[in-house]
Amino acid sequence: MADHALHHDHPHGLAHQFEDMPQQKESAVIGMWSFLITEILFFGGFFATYLIYRSYYPEAFFEGSSHLDIPLGAFNTVVLIVSSLTMAMAVHKSHEGNKRGILVYLTLTGILGLTFLVVKYFEYSAKIEYGLVPGLVWHPHGENSPQLALFYSLYFGMTGMHALHMIIGIGLLIWVFVKTAQGTYTAEYNAPVEIFGLYWHFVDIVWIFLFPLLYLLGTQGGGH
Amino acid sequence: MAITEQDVQASEDAPSVNYLNNGYGLKSWLLTKDHKRIAVLYIISISIFFALGGLFASLVRFELMTPEGDLMSSDTYNKVFSMHGIIMVFFFLVPSIPATIGNFLVPIMVGAKDLAFPRVNLLSWYVYVVAGILGTIAVVGGGVDTGWTFYTPYSSTYSNSNVILAAMAAFMAGFSSILTGLNFVVTIHTMRAPGMTWFRLPLFVWSHYATSLIMLLGTPVIAITLVLLMLERGFGFGFFDPNLGGDPVLFQHLFWFYSHPAVYIMILPSMGVMSEMVASVARKRVFGYEFVAFSSVAIAILGFLVWGHHMFVSSQSTYAGMVFSIITFLVAVPSAIKTFNWTATLYKGSIVYDTAMFYVYGYLGLFLVGGLTGLFLSSMGLDIHLHDTYFVVAHFHYIMVGGQVMGYLGGMHFWWPKITGKMFPDIWGRVSALLVFLGFNLTFFPQFILGYMGMPRRYHVYPDEFQVLNVASSMGASILALGYLVPGAYLTWSIFKGPKAPDNPWGAKGLEWETTSPPPTFNFEETPVVTEEAYQYGPIEEH
Ligand code: HEM
Ligand SMILES: [Cu+2]
Repeated sequence: MADHALHHDHPHGLAHQFEDMPQQKESAVIGMWSFLITEILFFGGFFATYLIYRSYYPEAFFEGSSHLDIPLGAFNTVVLIVSSLTMAMAVHKSHEGNKRGILVYLTLTGILGLTFLVVKYFEYSAKIEYGLVPGLVWHPHGENSPQLALFYSLYFGMTGMHALHMIIGIGLLIWVFVKTAQGTYTAEYNAPVEIFGLYWHFVDIVWIFLFPLLYLLGTQGGGH
Repeated sequence: MAITEQDVQASEDAPSVNYLNNGYGLKSWLLTKDHKRIAVLYIISISIFFALGGLFASLVRFELMTPEGDLMSSDTYNKVFSMHGIIMVFFFLVPSIPATIGNFLVPIMVGAKDLAFPRVNLLSWYVYVVAGILGTIAVVGGGVDTGWTFYTPYSSTYSNSNVILAAMAAFMAGFSSILTGLNFVVTIHTMRAPGMTWFRLPLFVWSHYATSLIMLLGTPVIAITLVLLMLERGFGFGFFDPNLGGDPVLFQHLFWFYSHPAVYIMILPSMGVMSEMVASVARKRVFGYEFVAFSSVAIAILGFLVWGHHMFVSSQSTYAGMVFSIITFLVAVPSAIKTFNWTATLYKGSIVYDTAMFYVYGYLGLFLVGGLTGLFLSSMGLDIHLHDTYFVVAHFHYIMVGGQVMGYLGGMHFWWPKITGKMFPDIWGRVSALLVFLGFNLTFFPQFILGYMGMPRRYHVYPDEFQVLNVASSMGASILALGYLVPGAYLTWSIFKGPKAPDNPWGAKGLEWETTSPPPTFNFEETPVVTEEAYQYGPIEEH
């Protein structure tokens, strides 16, 4: 398409539909926040389902929770919190237009993200081994079995959806990394780093809710 | 409407490069980032699905001509009405106005060069197309028999049809509308031209803003609901299966939490079209502009609090039912505000009896009936009698087809000169509006009576005494079909043979009428500066 709107003073990184850089940046940020709101509602459906069944079947949920590996879950929580920190540092470096800084912190963030997924892989394998995957390998566990299956359906549904978001996040991270390495981002134009950061923090926060709801619940004991 | 000499002059002086002739060939269309071209792509694709959905509707009406189930088996009938509903709702009605007329007009109306994220806009069309292909595979590969509502356990335990595929298709269509809504919200927030304050925005933009809010807040919930359903069918997770501790009614709650707001996705955009057309045909500012603007937002918010009115008979407690019933009555208030304000706008207006006016009258009449019968259904006691009868079918068709499809067609006529640069024969426009209005009433009014007499929906065998009204309905449907085919014919004709359109054929107000027909790729020669309120029509002259 003919792009007659290109002027000589056209700032680097400004897309044709915008008047100036602040407008472009504001649009990108509002856009990402709007998207994250849709994500909150998306996970909200899972959380609502969880809360309803937890109130129906407290015993089964305590029992299911007590089979989860708290040390591994806690380790992963720390991993993600630290990755949020390194991500924030990458955004900070992008404001300075410090290419090397962005690359270093993005690498750290990526490594932490992968660590999380590897740990998750070992956790899932253990569940498969013990026959705790409803529908696939399910060895009945006592009288609460059906409701226990519900807990594990939610466990796999919620953590699986979260892991999917992590994988997408790492894909995006690689893309931002390549763009940075090509020298696309400057002190004036760095919105993509910033809005990718928003996404990454969001995915971390989802985990901060998942960890107590799924893992720590069991430590409350089976009271009632 | 008289075309002034000035108008003709203006269009002859206009630059000859516009969005349509700026690049030819398939590639220039399939890789376009121009919101106007994407709108055209959407118009073509949703028309295909409208035709497909209409085909299934015809099959339903053929079958219902006789009390016996003679044309198809019960299983086939289940599939036919399910696919009619799924296609019409997810692939035609939800994108109908926003993705086409809205996509074309929102950036122009706010005075921008394009939407905020042109690539996301193109992506939304591709997601829609992939969803459409998946949906078509589900239909061709044996169909779906769950009803468009996908209720469990019909969709989990008791269906052998392509539920996962159809759910996946609906999920993706939803994703495409999230992307459209997101683009609108950002564009309206950040891309308004100098001087275009919020309260100078055309009401079309306000209604699209409200629609986009629902798309952003509601669609993710249907998405997760469909994910849960797919997990249940695919992996045997027991979210909705009582044998596994799940609860099938939870599905209905999650489904209607989205789908009630979504019915407003299927009506608000046409209300925006109405506001523009009413102001233009009456040559007056829309009466009570702020009220009409805020009623759109009120509908969007209240719409999230009423889903329980679909579940009065689904084991919901009486008190919950009462609350849902009262809030449902409240939702009618902003809708009524709009209807009253349009009528007040017409009052003492300088009315022009052209195609747009015919569609305005048709819409007012049909939407009124649809809205008022909604009040019947929100009364709990009455709804016990009417739930899942043809009364409900008639009610939602009066809104969705009488409202949104009428608004879509009216809007397509109103902005046709802008979109294509060609004029259509106005007399045919008026004929088509009349055909649709008459055919529609003949099709769906009898269904109110049938439902009231107790004919349930989704059955193809019925007692003999219902036959007369069913035959009437089927006859009406053929007139209605004609009403849709005729505009298809003369509008297509006008693209090739119609006279060239002036920039502002209706003498209407609004930025879209200040640029050329069709507009240049970046919409305006230079960024417009807005200095007055919307709809500043001059004093009315006596005829
Ligand atoms: C234009 C947009 C239209 C939309 C969005 C639409 C939407 C719907 C929906 C959502 C249902 C419910 C399906 C179900 O219960 O599973 C339905 C049912 C039905 N529609 Fe439409 N429809 C449209 C046009 C038409 C037309 C033009 C006709 C007639 C010519 C028609 C005839 C019917 C009939 C007879 C049923 C009842 C099926 C049954 O439940 O037994 N529809 N429609
Ligand atoms: Cu509703």
